[in-house]
Amino acid sequence: MSAVMDNAGTMTAGNSPAVAVSRSPKPPVLRNNALMDAIFRNLTRGFALLVFSLLGAIILSLLVGSVLSLQKFGFAFLWTAEWDPVKNEFGALVPIVGTLVTSAIALAIAVPVSFGISIFLTELSPVWLRRPLGTAIEMLAAIPSIIYGMWGLFVFVPLFQTYIQPFLKSTIGEVPFLGVLFSGPPLGIGMLTAGIILAVMVIPFITAVMRDVFELVPPMLKESAYGLGSTTWEVVWRVVLPYTKVGVIGGVMLGLGRALGETMAVTFVIGNAHRLKASLFAPANSIASSLANEFTEAVGELYTSALIELGLILFVITTIVLALAKLMLMRLSRNEGTRT
Amino acid sequence: MSTNAIYLRRKRMNRVMMTVSTAALGFGLFWLLWIIGVLLWEGASALRPSLFTQMTPPPGGDGGLANAIYGSVLMAGAGTLIGTPIGILAGTYLAEYGQRGWLAPATRFINDVLLSAPSIVIGLFVYTVYVARVGHFSGWAGAFALAIIVIPVVVRTTDDMLKLVPNSLREAAAALGAPTWKIVTMVCYRAARSGIVTGILLAVARIAGETAPLLFTALNNQFWSSDMNRPMANLPVVIFQFAMSPYDDWHRLAWGGAALITLLVLAINIAARSLFRK
Repeated sequence: MSAVMDNAGTMTAGNSPAVAVSRSPKPPVLRNNALMDAIFRNLTRGFALLVFSLLGAIILSLLVGSVLSLQKFGFAFLWTAEWDPVKNEFGALVPIVGTLVTSAIALAIAVPVSFGISIFLTELSPVWLRRPLGTAIEMLAAIPSIIYGMWGLFVFVPLFQTYIQPFLKSTIGEVPFLGVLFSGPPLGIGMLTAGIILAVMVIPFITAVMRDVFELVPPMLKESAYGLGSTTWEVVWRVVLPYTKVGVIGGVMLGLGRALGETMAVTFVIGNAHRLKASLFAPANSIASSLANEFTEAVGELYTSALIELGLILFVITTIVLALAKLMLMRLSRNEGTRT
Repeated sequence: MSTNAIYLRRKRMNRVMMTVSTAALGFGLFWLLWIIGVLLWEGASALRPSLFTQMTPPPGGDGGLANAIYGSVLMAGAGTLIGTPIGILAGTYLAEYGQRGWLAPATRFINDVLLSAPSIVIGLFVYTVYVARVGHFSGWAGAFALAIIVIPVVVRTTDDMLKLVPNSLREAAAALGAPTWKIVTMVCYRAARSGIVTGILLAVARIAGETAPLLFTALNNQFWSSDMNRPMANLPVVIFQFAMSPYDDWHRLAWGGAALITLLVLAINIAARSLFRK
């Protein structure tokens, strides 16, 4: 706080010499205004600096918190599969793999679905239906994560276990190489379940970006294509999508960032087992679910430190993914207008 | 003949893809209706007056969620009160003073990253800088974690909404001799008020159901407590704990809490949208 005030003092003197060395003395109202201006400007600047430094502060605090684990395990932490609190041996491979696999499943489902929804909302839907339908899809993002988890555990998992998993096992499970992914006892919980629920959770985020960028396409481009006799699908596939490619990828990355860090829904349905299995039916663990399950029960400094390092890995990965997403979206909006 | 075949194929392709697109929308709506339907069905029997008047019970006992609801309101309230002014002031800098210099674009970038940052890591951050120092879980720690989630939402909407205020308004005020701080506080804020309020409402809706950041900060408390310096009960963590338990009574209470939170969050979201549209 004192830094801001100091700053305010110097700013007044530097920026408005009229106040400091005025020839004819100004009325006090004006002098107060100049002072208030400087205070207000620096107050807002101070809080902007606070927000600016938040990201660094989070990374720094996690680095400090994970020093013990960083020193003991080094980079081998990333590819060690063992996670044994009793022997104080920790490695992040299982949660990292779980996080990546569930997010990949989520994107594989959510990207085509979001694309379809965006086409419907921008090209097919009657105008009066656009807002209510769009809002309904956005509501999927408003439902809290824990609700997805609870609904997943009590409603989705039993159905998945009795109907869908046996079906997958008897069909794709019989295929030579792919079959391994769909083998093992149908437990209901596991990586596949977590991935499907994550897909539903990220659909609204990807859809929102896709809709926004689709609307950036100049109407003249689309009308020209229609005028040449293109069908709606051809306009979307050959004109809209190439024009908005970068933005669409940005939206997908944004969805990925969300999926990677999603905690509660995954914690309910992934099964929480520190084991590495090829089957998607097997219970596993993600970084976020390990933290949610084990952190408050962790005994010993090294255990806590290893968990904080998991958090650090998660935060660094999501920050990179989200930053790339942001850069791509910025590139699209900058190019807007230069290409018509 | 062959041109006709191509024509038919293109037409068929179009029809198939448009059907798939409509089906995708149906797929999305299907989950929404399913989840809300289940919540209403399961929650209806649990939403009784005793939910709001009795404390969380031990396993097998009868009770309500009064202490959890109270704790949630207290922490979400404190989180909003801390986060909102910080967010509005930082957003003001971005929109009103950020035309030149590196700070505004850099902050905008970082804010967008924070907007989607995993909330569990924010809980971890508050744990390492506050809980570990103080040595105990507390309601304040929960409120700080929620405030960090509120800030980026409010910064973003304040920034966007202030940028929508036409420059002619600022120029008119400046021509009348108003200093910048008066232009911002008395002209721009008023013009952007409904948008900023929408942002705050959306932030409240977001933190109302946040569970992950409270796990390591507020923890939980089986009893009524208004002491923000002690572990504090809150709806999301109670739902988590009760749903993961093997007891039927606890499951019922968890469904009641889940229905309560979801209806509240959806209502705030719809209210915020209709407010903004006006």
